[in-house]
Amino acid sequence: MKFGIMVNEGPFNHQASDSAYQFAKAAIAKGHQVMRVFFYYDGVNNANRLSEPQSDDRNLVKLWGEMAKTHKVDLVVCVAAALRRGIKDELLAEGFHISGLGQLTEIGIAADRLLVFGD
Amino acid sequence: MSEEPVFDTQGVVRKFMFVNRKAPYGTIYALEILESVLISAAFEQDISVAFLDDGVFQIKKGHDPKDLGMKNFSPTYRALGGYDIEKLYVEKESMEARGLGPDDFVVKVQVVPAAELSKLMAEQDVLITG
Repeated sequence: MKFGIMVNEGPFNHQASDSAYQFAKAAIAKGHQVMRVFFYYDGVNNANRLSEPQSDDRNLVKLWGEMAKTHKVDLVVCVAAALRRGIKDELLAEGFHISGLGQLTEIGIAADRLLVFGD
Repeated sequence: MSEEPVFDTQGVVRKFMFVNRKAPYGTIYALEILESVLISAAFEQDISVAFLDDGVFQIKKGHDPKDLGMKNFSPTYRALGGYDIEKLYVEKESMEARGLGPDDFVVKVQVVPAAELSKLMAEQDVLITG
């Protein structure tokens, strides 16, 4: 099955990004495809390359980036949500790119299922 | 910046429902989901918007948030009709629990009981919540 994922909360503050990541990982392991992850609301903070969790903690920003690279998952950060939170190209971690809200609608149309993680 | 894949969406019309459950101010959810509703209109999909829980306050008449330093974005809901987004649902139970009636809203809505809204949700291809 082809999945689209929407992440609506920032990392560490909320479990949404962890849950979305674990879901994506499990789906890929079962042979499904995760076409795109769309980061919206505070979810755009998942793309901040300056994020530096303690060394014994998971690094969500890095984990998403690695998944994007290994499994060709498109990590889209919403431009409107990102700009008002100061997330710009120069701050993006590897594997993420900034694009428009149309990418959310597009994945809603193209994927078999769109899953929303957040409050 | 990595390369952006393009997925084929040509000629596909799906049923999208945006589910608004949050009060208009206090958090940004209401404002940002509204931005995504407006963008989705460009894709010629079958769009509906539901208001439930405190989300019913998003379209209540008479917002005046200037003392909060925020802009009143409720007039934007009136623009939805211009984008052919005309299926607006308010959950009856949420509306009544908050002492509101069908005439309290800035847009024309269909008031539907929770059980009916649940059926409408089950018919959708995509649910986007905020």
